[in-house]
Amino acid sequence: MGSRASRLLREEEIEEIKKETGFSHRKITRLYRRFTSLDKGENGTLSREDFQRIPELDQVNFRGFMRTLAHFRPIDQDNEKNKNPSATEPLNSRTNKLLFAFRLYDLDRDGKISRDELLQVLRMIVGVNVSDEELGSIADRTIQEADTNGDGYISFNEFIMVLEKGNVDVEQMMSIWFLH
Amino acid sequence: MLRCGYALFWLLGSVLLICVVSPVKGEAVVTREGSHLKLSESSHSNESQHGHSSNITGIPIISFKWHHVETPYLVAFWVLVSFLGKLVIEANHHVTSVIPESALLICFGFILGGMIWAADKVQTFRLTPTVFFFYLLPQVILDAGYHMPNKLFFTNLGGILVHAVIGTCWNAASLGLSLWGCQMGGAMGDLDIGLLQYLLFGSLMAAVDPVAVIAVFEQVHVNDVLFIMVFGESLLNDGVTVVLFNVFDAFVSLGGPKIDAAEIIKGIVSFFVVAFGGSLVGLVFGLLISLLTRCTKNIQIIEPGFIFVLGYLSYLTAEMLSLSAILSIVFCGMCCQKYINANMDENSVQTVRYAMKAFANGSETIIFVFLGISAIDKVIWVWNTGFILLTLLFVLVYRFIGVFFLTWILNRYRLVPLEFVDQVIMSYGGLRGAVAYGLAVMLDENKIKEKNLMVCTTLIVVYFTVILQGITMKPLVMWLKVKRAAVTEVSLLEKLTNKMFNHTLVAIEDISGQIGHNYMRSKWKYFEENWMSWILMKPSARKKQDQVFDVFHQLNLKDAMEYVTEGERRGSLEFVRNENSIIDFKKKSESESFDINNANMSNDHGAMSTTSRDPIPSVSLEMHEQIMKAVREAEAINAHHLLDQHLYKSRKQHRHRFSRSHFDINRDEKEVQEIFQRTMRNRLKSFTSAKMGVKPPKTIVKHTQKEQQQKMPNGKSMDKAKTSYSGDEGSEGDSASGYDQSYMRATYRAGAGIENPAFMPDLDPMDLLQIPPWLGESELDSSMVALSHRAQVDLPRTPSNLRRLAPLRISTRSTDSFTLENIPDTQQMDSDQLQPPPPPPRPPRDDGYV
Repeated sequence: MGSRASRLLREEEIEEIKKETGFSHRKITRLYRRFTSLDKGENGTLSREDFQRIPELDQVNFRGFMRTLAHFRPIDQDNEKNKNPSATEPLNSRTNKLLFAFRLYDLDRDGKISRDELLQVLRMIVGVNVSDEELGSIADRTIQEADTNGDGYISFNEFIMVLEKGNVDVEQMMSIWFLH
Repeated sequence: MLRCGYALFWLLGSVLLICVVSPVKGEAVVTREGSHLKLSESSHSNESQHGHSSNITGIPIISFKWHHVETPYLVAFWVLVSFLGKLVIEANHHVTSVIPESALLICFGFILGGMIWAADKVQTFRLTPTVFFFYLLPQVILDAGYHMPNKLFFTNLGGILVHAVIGTCWNAASLGLSLWGCQMGGAMGDLDIGLLQYLLFGSLMAAVDPVAVIAVFEQVHVNDVLFIMVFGESLLNDGVTVVLFNVFDAFVSLGGPKIDAAEIIKGIVSFFVVAFGGSLVGLVFGLLISLLTRCTKNIQIIEPGFIFVLGYLSYLTAEMLSLSAILSIVFCGMCCQKYINANMDENSVQTVRYAMKAFANGSETIIFVFLGISAIDKVIWVWNTGFILLTLLFVLVYRFIGVFFLTWILNRYRLVPLEFVDQVIMSYGGLRGAVAYGLAVMLDENKIKEKNLMVCTTLIVVYFTVILQGITMKPLVMWLKVKRAAVTEVSLLEKLTNKMFNHTLVAIEDISGQIGHNYMRSKWKYFEENWMSWILMKPSARKKQDQVFDVFHQLNLKDAMEYVTEGERRGSLEFVRNENSIIDFKKKSESESFDINNANMSNDHGAMSTTSRDPIPSVSLEMHEQIMKAVREAEAINAHHLLDQHLYKSRKQHRHRFSRSHFDINRDEKEVQEIFQRTMRNRLKSFTSAKMGVKPPKTIVKHTQKEQQQKMPNGKSMDKAKTSYSGDEGSEGDSASGYDQSYMRATYRAGAGIENPAFMPDLDPMDLLQIPPWLGESELDSSMVALSHRAQVDLPRTPSNLRRLAPLRISTRSTDSFTLENIPDTQQMDSDQLQPPPPPPRPPRDDGYV
C-alpha cells in the first residue's frame, strides 16, 4: 500500500498523458485509481494475469493503459474539423480505431490475418453450439470475402475495405462514454 | 373562401390525375370508368331493389339482394379500388420516383371522392375513427413493431424517448398556447375556442404519423440512425399523443373551473400509467405468443395466425383497459419477433412476414385513399385563413425548434452526435397523418363548437406535410447530402467484427471500471440467453442462435440458389447439378486445402502454396464460364441421353392437394419401389460400362489438360482426369488444392449424372472415414503421385489432427476426392461416379448405397 501511495501520478506525467490521449485531467486521475486497483501485483504494470483476452494489454504500465483506452474515446467533432496536418493523428481517429480492431485479429502481429488467427478469434466469439468444422468453413469464407488480392490473408488494407462498406459503424462501435 | 379551397383541390387532383394517367392511359381510364360505373350502379340499384322486393309474386329463380350484401360488398369493393389505385400508381415509376406514393394515393382519393360526390351530391364514404383505429391501424403498427430492428431501436432508445415524450408534449403545448395567444391577439377573427380546446387541438396535431413517415422515408434510404430516430419517435409518440389527447379530452369535459392541481397531477400520473401499462400489456402478449409458438409444431398451417390474433388482442386488451393500444401492439411485435422467428417453421416465418406486409401495406393504401376521399366533403370545410395558416406555420416551426433543442441536449451524451443535416431531416420528417385526422374526427361536437374547423385544419396540415413535404423530402436529402443507408449486403467479416467490437467494448468498460451501455447490454444478453431463450424458445431452435453462423448460412443458401438459377437460365439442369457440385467443392474444400497450405508453409512448398488458394471468391460466376463452355456440348448430349434413359415418367398423383394441413404430395409406395429398381438396374449397367473404361467426357478432359500442364510447378505428369479442370482456377492452379479440386471436378464431370452431392445430407460418412488418406498410399496408382506426395509432406500433422478435419470433408461433401484417391475397390467409385439421376433420387439412393 505504501508503495502505491508513493507512486502517485506526477503532474507532468498527467500533462503528457493528457496531450497524447486527449483525456481530461479528471478522467485520468479516475482511471489511475482504477488502474491501481486492477494492479494486483502492485508493481505499476498490469500483466497478462490481470487481463486475459486483450492482446494489446499484456504487460502495460499506466501510460500504455491510457493509450489503449484512448482508442475508445469517441471521435471529437471539433478536433476533426480544425485538425492541423502537421500534428500526429490522435489515438481515437478512425484509422487508429480500425488498426486497433485489426490487431485484435492479428494475433502474431505480422500485419495480416491468417486463417488460424481468424479461427482462434471465431472460437472465442462464436457460441459453443457451432462445431469446429463449421467454424472452419466460416473462417474460410470470411477470408475469401475480404481477401481481394488472393494471398489467403486479410491485410490491413483489405480489412479496412470491408469495413468501409458501411455496415459497421466504426465510430459508434469502437467508442465508449468515459465517465468523469 | 370555401369554394376557393375546393377549386384548388380539384385543380390539384386533376393535374395529378393527368400525370398518373398519361403513360397508361387506357388502363387507368378503364379502371376509373369501371369504378365509376359500379359506384353509380350501386347507388341506383339501391333504389331499384326496393321496388323489386316489394312485389314478389312467386318463387324467384334469382333475386337481386343488394341490401343483403351491402356492407361487406362495399368494404371489399373499396379495398379493391384502393388496391387498383395503387397498382396504377406503382406502374408509373417515373412518377413515384418524384412524388411519394402516399401523396399520389391521397390524390387518387381526391379523384374518387370527387366522383362519389358528383354522383351522390353528398360524401357517403369517409374514414371513421372506429374503422381507422380498430381495423386499419393495428396491422400497420404491428408490422412496424414486428420488423423493428431491435438493437438499433434500443441503442437509440434514449433519444427516441426524449423526442417522443418531451418533443410531443412540447409540440402540443406550444401549438395550443401559441394559437390561443394569436386568438387573444385577434389574429383569427371570432372563434369559440378556449385554452383547453386549443391544447386538445395541439395534442392531436402533435403526433408524427408512423404510416406517413414510413411511406416517405422508405423511398429515401437515409442512414439507419436517422431513420430509427424519426421512425421510432413517430411510433412511440402516437401512443403519447393518444394519451395526451385523452387527458386533455377529460379536462375539456371537466371544464376549466373544475381543474385544480390535483386533477393536473392525476392527468400526469395517468399519462405515465397509460403509456407504461400499454407497453406492459404488449410485453405480456409478446411473451404469450412466444410461448405458444413453442408448441405449435403440429398445427403449422395456422401457426402464423396466432401472431396476428394475439397481436390484435393485445391491442384490444390495452384499449379495453384504457391503456395505450398503439404502444401495446408495438411492444408486442418487438418482443415476440426473435422468439417466434426461431420457434416457428421457416415456412411459417415467411408466411407471417408476407402476411404482415400484405396487411400493413394494404391498410396503409386504404388509409391514404380514404384520407383523400374524406377531403371531398362540403360539411367539413370551414375555412378560417388565420387559423389554418397559423397552425401550419406553428406546426412546422415548433417542430424545428423542438428537434433542434432536444438534439442539442442529447448530443452532449451521444457517442456519435447527430449532425446538423440529420436534425433538419428529422424536423422536416415530422409528417402528420391519419392518426391526427382520426383523433380530430373523434372530437365531440357538443363540447367543441369549432370541430369542423379543426378537422379541416388537420386535413390541410396532413395534406401539406404528406404531399408537399413528402415531395420535397428526397431533393432535400440529396441537396443536404445526408448520409444514406448502405445498401451492401452483410459480409461475414463485418458481422464478426461487429460482434468482436461488442465484446471489446464490454471489456474496456469493465477495465476502466464503469458500468455503461455495453456492460448493461452484455448483462441483458446473458440474462436473455440463459433465461428468456430457455423459457421461450424451443430447445432445437436455441442451438442455431449464433449470428455469425447465421450470416454464413444465409450466404451459403444464397450462393446455392444463385447457382441453380444461373444453371437453369442456361437451360440444362444436368449442368446445374455439376456446376453446383464443383462450386461447392471448391468453396468448401478451400478449408481443407488451406490447412494443407498452412502445413506446407514451413517447407519448400511455402512460396507457391501461398498463391495456391483460389484468388477469386467462389461466389463469382464469371470464372466458371470457361469450363462450363468447354464442357457443355459433351454434357448436353450426355444429359439428354441420361434423361431419356432414367427419367421415370410416372403419373403424378396429387392426392393430398386437398388436405388443409399438408402441402406435400405423398409418394406412392410402388412408385418409389419402381424408381428404386430402375435406378439399381441402371447403376449396374453403368457400372459395367465403366469397367470397360468408357467415360463420356474424356475428350474435354484432354482439351483442358494442355494449358494446365504448363502451370504445374512440380512438373508431375498428370493424369488427364486429374488436371483437367484446374484451368479455370486461373493463375494459381497448382499445389495441393489445385490437385484436389481439379480431381474432384474431374470426377464429377465423369459422372455427369450424379446427383448434386453438395446439397445432399451425409449418407455414409463412416465407411469413408475408415480409410484415412495417409494409409491409402500403397494403393495409389500412377495417377495419384502428386496426391500421395502431398500426403507425405503433410505427415507432420498428426492423424488425430486429420481426423478432426475429416468430418469437415465429409460434411462438405468433398469426401469423394479421398475415396477416389485411395479406396482400393473401384466398384464403389464407379457406381458412385456413374450413378444416374432418378427424378426423386433420394430414397432409392439411400437404400441402395448404404
